[in-house]
Amino acid sequence: MARIGVFICHCGENIGETVDCTKLAEVTSRFPGVVKSVDYKYMCSEPGQTLIKEAIKENRLTGVVVAACSPRMHESTFRKTCSEAGLNPFLCEIANLREHCSWVHEKSEEATNKAIDIVRALVEKVKLNEPLYPIKVPVTKTALVIGGGVAGIQAALDIANGGHKVILVEKNPSIGGHMSQLSETFPTLDCSQCILTPRMVELAQHPNITLYSYAELESLDGFIGNFKVKIRKKAKSIDENLCTGCGLCTTKCPVKKIPNEFDENLSYRKAIYVPFPQAVPNKPVIDRENCTYYLKGKCKICERFCPTQAIRFDQQDEIIEVEAGAIVLATGFDIKRADFFPEYGFGKYKDVIDGLQFERIASASGPTLGEIRRLSDGKIPKKVVFIACAGSRDPAKGIEYCSKICCMYTAKHAILYKHKIHDGQAYVFYMDIRAGGKNYDEFTRRAIEEEGAKYIRGRVSRIYERDGKLIVVGADTLMNARPVVIEADMVVLATAGVASPGSEELAQKLHVAYDQYKFFTEAHPKLRPVETNTAGIFLAGACQSIKDIPESVSQASGAAAKVCGLFSQNELTRDPLIAVVNRTAPPLYSTCVGCFLCQSVCPYQAIEKEEIKAKDGSVIKIIAKINPGLCQGCGSCVALCRTKSIDLLGYTNRQIYAEVDAILNTL
Amino acid sequence: MDEFEPKIVAFVCNWCTYAGADLTGTSRIKYAPNVRIIRFPCTGRIDFMFILKAFARGADGIIVSGCHPNDCHYTSGNFHARRRWIVFRSLLDFLGIDVRRITFSWVSAAEGAKWADLVNQTTAEIRKLGPYTSYHKISKPEEEVIYG
Ligand SMILES: Cc1cc2nc3c(=O)[nH]c(=O)nc-3n(C[C@H](O)[C@H](O)[C@H](O)COP(=O)(O)OP(=O)(O)OC[C@H]3O[C@@H](n4cnc5c(N)ncnc54)[C@H](O)[C@@H]3O)c2cc1C
Ligand code: SF4
Repeated sequence: MARIGVFICHCGENIGETVDCTKLAEVTSRFPGVVKSVDYKYMCSEPGQTLIKEAIKENRLTGVVVAACSPRMHESTFRKTCSEAGLNPFLCEIANLREHCSWVHEKSEEATNKAIDIVRALVEKVKLNEPLYPIKVPVTKTALVIGGGVAGIQAALDIANGGHKVILVEKNPSIGGHMSQLSETFPTLDCSQCILTPRMVELAQHPNITLYSYAELESLDGFIGNFKVKIRKKAKSIDENLCTGCGLCTTKCPVKKIPNEFDENLSYRKAIYVPFPQAVPNKPVIDRENCTYYLKGKCKICERFCPTQAIRFDQQDEIIEVEAGAIVLATGFDIKRADFFPEYGFGKYKDVIDGLQFERIASASGPTLGEIRRLSDGKIPKKVVFIACAGSRDPAKGIEYCSKICCMYTAKHAILYKHKIHDGQAYVFYMDIRAGGKNYDEFTRRAIEEEGAKYIRGRVSRIYERDGKLIVVGADTLMNARPVVIEADMVVLATAGVASPGSEELAQKLHVAYDQYKFFTEAHPKLRPVETNTAGIFLAGACQSIKDIPESVSQASGAAAKVCGLFSQNELTRDPLIAVVNRTAPPLYSTCVGCFLCQSVCPYQAIEKEEIKAKDGSVIKIIAKINPGLCQGCGSCVALCRTKSIDLLGYTNRQIYAEVDAILNTL
Repeated sequence: MDEFEPKIVAFVCNWCTYAGADLTGTSRIKYAPNVRIIRFPCTGRIDFMFILKAFARGADGIIVSGCHPNDCHYTSGNFHARRRWIVFRSLLDFLGIDVRRITFSWVSAAEGAKWADLVNQTTAEIRKLGPYTSYHKISKPEEEVIYG
């Protein structure tokens, strides 16, 4: 027989003022199965909790209903109270009298009646509650970091320095990401490579870190603490153990005219190449799409010259299987390019370039060795127009968000330009200047006040070429939309930042949510910004939304802290409110008929097949089985199951029917 | 006879609408006392048999509410609920059940005011429709099977 205790909280006057708690206690005490019903001023206080504990022991309660504030507030408090008195915490339910009753109604009989109904429903539910025990799952203390930009590097180093193993997967031949392409960085103007490359080297040499470059995630199975990862290591066509990185192969390779991605196609590279001099790992890969041997079946010049015989033309992609307890996603971003801006002549006029191309031109290691020159004729540009918000904040372009970094890097570009070309003039067309960061506004002011960049508030409608000049036509909205025409030598578009290519497929492989722009979605925009809704998968850097370096690094350290926190436990405990497939006596074994309709709605791939075998090993029946590590307890499968063979612990069909019955007072 | 007071049962998800209704409380927005909330982890958990059961037990109206599309805590539960609801609705309609008595809505954790509006509107509508005696009369609750 159920022995239920009901504990009614006045919450000071918050409940007591509106709901007649004395009457409520009196009425509830007459509910079948209720053996104790009391009201008290503050149930969550120390004496309130003691009252509950003593009542549990004295009355040998088999279930508790605390009628108080929202369960989202104090469910865990009261469950803990119960467990301290020896009652399984899952035998305690909370009736929400404050948020759902007293705070939303006037003092009235209806309010008290509603409170009675709410408590009655929970009393009926709790009678059907069963003791549940937290699920324990072991933790593999290895982290997988996907993406080796500055965010991935930071996360990997932080976790590795925390004493845990890290596997870093980078799709390019080298780690470094976009930061390795930058010249100098706002707001301090320190050289990007100089601050980044030492960290890249540190990562490569770290005893706790395994780096797979030129590799991508193939598939992911498992769940928090227990991911099973397959990594596709693309064939580099070299034996990395033998290669010393001497570079002779690259020198000898006859294929010279492949656009160099690292230089944003402003220079050329060979078919066997290291993307940039400070690359990590500093060993070449053969680009099979452009290599003469792969295209025509002969050449092998690199093989001939390689002093260590490290070239492997027959190398295959390799699938590496690893286990990981947590994953940090750090796949970064990309920017919009040529085809997106026909109105700016981008792609048509050589001297209309994007921000990353400007970074390469301004970089001492770039194609012009740091001299700002026109791409068309190599002349020094005396007038440069920078256009912010190219594509961003533009519903017509389908990108409604602010790309956030471009205001700042445009100011940086204007400053760098002025530092290199003293008699040059920089113009910046902008919509608003967004410089909200430490020393950021000072930095943009410096561009305007000290470096003399002319900031024009307005948009550019058109760019066309005349006599070797780019005619930029715009309007100055601070001067009554007065038309502005500038004869420029070069135009730099601060093009919109977008999600990194392949983000959608990756998100689907990992089952993490992504937004309409394909950026990965955080679990909570404010309170859980580095987590995804998939337990054990965290976010770092621009893959969540466009970010600058300081923000990317902070988020990476945040994600690393989360991973280290997770790894500080040997076992994870999870709420046991999960779905279960019923088991019955033979010959049925379960009412499950093995239709696996449930598999199609499970967002977590938690539904597996279980074979029921006879003694001789032959399979009698295949039924569904829920993996308790994966199930998050949404209950979609339960509602779908046509034989009602699945139920959700804590929200069973019987419990809900009992609630429906009781809440309508028809018992 | 007193003025008819509709009995409305709301099936809501824990993460959005339940929290939204909490916010209505925290914001002290008043609404009609006719609604009784039953908490689910997700609208995806809602078996539409619960709705029939509620009608059979005397409900005059039902609210089903969860996270907005794309906001589901479990990624896709609300989509399944919506799909199931569309099919179920036509079926009910075909069977002659008054589908105006069932309101499907999205209320997020931030939409405290929307929850109050939803309850008030539904209450007003059901009040207009009157008690669902036609269903209450034909249903024999004691003969129903409780699954599970
Ligand atoms: C023109 C320009 C100028 C800028 N100037 C500045 C500045 O001065 N100061 C500043 O603070 N910030 C600046 N930024 C911003 C800065 O580049 C970013 O903040 C930073 O690069 C973000 O780092 P990340 O690691 O998140 O992403 P990324 O740098 O994009 O790195 C992501 C990495 O993940 C890899 N990857 C992607 N997909 C996969 C996959 N599926 N599998 C494996 N690996 C994958 C990529 O190859 C890459 O190495 C600038 C940006 C631009 C475009
Ligand atoms: S950061 Fe500045 S330039 Fe970039 S989109 Fe936002 S407002 Fe426009």
